Amino acid sequence: MKKHYDLHADYQPTDFSFIDKKKVKEIISRYPKGKQQSAVMPLLDFAQRQVAEENKKAGSPYGGWIPRAAMDKIAEILDMPEVKVYEVASFYSMYNLEPVGKYLVQFCGTTPCHLCGAQDVIKAAENYLGISLGETTVDGIFTLMEVECLGACVNAPMVQINDDYYEDLTPEIMIQILDDLKAGKKVSIGSQTGRRCSMSACGPTTLSEQAKKCGVV
Amino acid sequence: MPKLTIDGIEIEVEAGTSILQAAEQLGIEIPRFCYHDRLSVPANCRMCLVELEGAPKPVASCAMACGDNMVVKTSSERVKKARSGVMEFLLINHPLDCPICDQGGECDLQDQAYAYGGDGSRYEEAKRAVSGKDISPVIKTFMTRCINCTRCVRFVEEIAGVPVLGQMNRGEDAKIDTFVGRMVESELSGNLVDVCPVGALTSKPYNYKARPWELKKVETIDVMDGLGCNIRVDVRGNEVMRVLPRLHEEINEEWIDDKTRYSYDGLKKNRLDRPYVRDVSSGKLRESSWEEALSVVAGKLKEADKSKIGAMAGNLCDVEAMMALKDFMVSIGCNNIDCRVDGMNILPENRGDYLFNAGIAGIEEADAILLVGTNPRKDAAILNARIRKHWLNKNVPIALIGEYAELNYDYEYLGDNPADLKSFKGARTGFAKIFKDAKNPMLILGSDALTRSDAAAIYGLAREIAGEGFNVLHKVASRVGGLDIGFLPQKDGMNAIDMFEASVSGALDVLYLFGVDEVNLDLMVGRNTFVIYQGHHGDHGAMRADVVLPGVAYTEKEAIYVNTEGRSQLSRKAVCALGDAKEDWKIIRALSEKYGRKLPYDNILQLRERIFADYPFLAEFDVKPDAKMSKIIKNYGEIDKNQKFYSLTPDFYMTNPICRSSKVMAECSNRFVKSKEEIETKISGAAE
Repeated sequence: MKKHYDLHADYQPTDFSFIDKKKVKEIISRYPKGKQQSAVMPLLDFAQRQVAEENKKAGSPYGGWIPRAAMDKIAEILDMPEVKVYEVASFYSMYNLEPVGKYLVQFCGTTPCHLCGAQDVIKAAENYLGISLGETTVDGIFTLMEVECLGACVNAPMVQINDDYYEDLTPEIMIQILDDLKAGKKVSIGSQTGRRCSMSACGPTTLSEQAKKCGVV
Repeated sequence: MPKLTIDGIEIEVEAGTSILQAAEQLGIEIPRFCYHDRLSVPANCRMCLVELEGAPKPVASCAMACGDNMVVKTSSERVKKARSGVMEFLLINHPLDCPICDQGGECDLQDQAYAYGGDGSRYEEAKRAVSGKDISPVIKTFMTRCINCTRCVRFVEEIAGVPVLGQMNRGEDAKIDTFVGRMVESELSGNLVDVCPVGALTSKPYNYKARPWELKKVETIDVMDGLGCNIRVDVRGNEVMRVLPRLHEEINEEWIDDKTRYSYDGLKKNRLDRPYVRDVSSGKLRESSWEEALSVVAGKLKEADKSKIGAMAGNLCDVEAMMALKDFMVSIGCNNIDCRVDGMNILPENRGDYLFNAGIAGIEEADAILLVGTNPRKDAAILNARIRKHWLNKNVPIALIGEYAELNYDYEYLGDNPADLKSFKGARTGFAKIFKDAKNPMLILGSDALTRSDAAAIYGLAREIAGEGFNVLHKVASRVGGLDIGFLPQKDGMNAIDMFEASVSGALDVLYLFGVDEVNLDLMVGRNTFVIYQGHHGDHGAMRADVVLPGVAYTEKEAIYVNTEGRSQLSRKAVCALGDAKEDWKIIRALSEKYGRKLPYDNILQLRERIFADYPFLAEFDVKPDAKMSKIIKNYGEIDKNQKFYSLTPDFYMTNPICRSSKVMAECSNRFVKSKEEIETKISGAAE
């Protein structure tokens, strides 16, 4: 998935500072002395979450992303060249370097999900929202992305929306989820077909006695 | 010390040696792209795979340290297959544009694809394309050709100390980029071209100019600064096509600065290719014959009062020509000669008094470095890279007393006033304590500090502080040679400053300027002084001259240059002199004959014999001398507290007539020096 960004764009804020300075200190203190630069990844995430929260407070439809000013700030805090922060941020798909929708929809398109019909789910969402992968809806609520394996293969196909996983999807369920999110309704996370965790789809096939005892089934 | 077997040959290596290095010691070639002797090891190109007995997969030999009883195979079938597989991957996105690529013919990828790659391509999909970048006025980028070895990223971070390059994105989208369009603002940026194993970073001035197999390669010496970096001048016909570094562990390792590498286009502009004589009636220079020019000069010298004649040698002069000029001036009875045109104000006795005694490689043994009145990044960029290397490896403490400098390592700034040097002598805390407790302290005194009116006091103080660790950093190529052969005022003769003063007050009739351009001659030379200029560029000197004698530049003669360490080196003739220009010592020899005091040498070998007879140490080529220092003189006078340390050449790219004539240097100066000054004045203006 190609990452888009424009560090000269008009929407880039000129300034950034962490609001929760205590938390920043705590994050840095997790790493041994002399290895403080390791804090670059949690700090990038923290910055992204702060932007998301600020946007929410301000009533903006957009979600969390990392402005260039934030990367400069992190470089300054950790005393490392800016380009090194930029390298990390552009490498990982979980850091957004340009504004994304309030709901960042990340489809898994890797083998197991693909075999279970991920492409149909993606197509359905694209058609329903009228945007392609990598784009954001005009109202700024949804951004679609395809990412590599998210590690929920048993419940394929699946999608990650912001911090939560939605599994066992079909095109219809996908559209329903998007509708509910847009309407502000509560959507249950995890499997959409009612299975518990990543248990076999037709109920427990082994250790069924123990499962009953524990109250899993 | 681990003992291992490589291709059936047993070898014992030092602990920590990689398999690749061990194989190299045995003369076994292992292909590589990302590995570079002087950079860190990322092991990301996978080209150096070898088979290690017991290991399930081929291993990257550049990153695998030798262990005891290892059995390594570098040319088994499996290795060959692995390498050709890696090569196939590397070539997937590499364009097949070798016929129009400047790297063609000297490309690692081309050579290794030929030696280790397959015979065809199985790839039919579209290739990736990456847009080029403007990273420097001297580097052209073709990022589509990049194989992401990250040598350039590591070079700018580790050697140049300007971490602006990085590898962005990942997978197929991975690309080398600068952080938000910044430039590689380093004096060493040209080395990126050598470091790049493919044609992604190529030399802008050399772009589409020549092919490596058409070039004649001449190994010679650089004269842009006082270090005498070893260079290779590539020549086609009678034209210098490019300048490349040559390996010399004790001087430049394998780097050269941008001024050395890119100022060669200055050799083709503003050249003096025939003698000129100033027309009395029109006041303009007009072309003349050698016969006429030399007669005019000889006549002027003959009729002048010998105490009213002066001769100076500038910054790019070779030892032989200075010797000839000195011999000639002494033979006609003129004592006013000086090679210290910048006004260097000390008269050293022994060689150790004015040399960089520790040697450039010796920097790596220092355990504390004090810089006085110098900005090594501008004065000697390669030496500065050595300091940075030592700082990076050993974290050596460094301090600076002098004009504030933006250096690419951490240092303690102790002030810009000579008073700070004096108080450093008495101090017992902070860096002063570190310096005094150091086993191998190193004081580097910039030659600009010795041009001050209180040079003797600065020199004395520095000697006292440094003790054995005393080093002078000369900025220009000719200075040490000039001091070595005593191109200095003879018995009661005037020094350079006195000569200029005498000229302004009308007490100097004839002034022989041999390559003197770094002085404001309009101000410093009086109207009634007859000026003879011998040199190779129509720069400041030739503008003021009454007679111009065209000499040759450093690429056009075989001559001795002595670097700041006192190492004498021989430069080689790469191209022929332009037009009627003659080698400098020959001009002086011809002049002496015209004058009637023929110098006793008819060829360069006889002249060198004459030099070596008096100065035998110059005959020891490429040896760092162990020079003797004279005793420290105790009463060296007072320092001038009102005069801060200064630099005579604030612009790194504009220090001699060759780079002043160079378009490339002008562009670098505009991009890196001038635009910066403008921004700074804007900021300070806004603050006010």
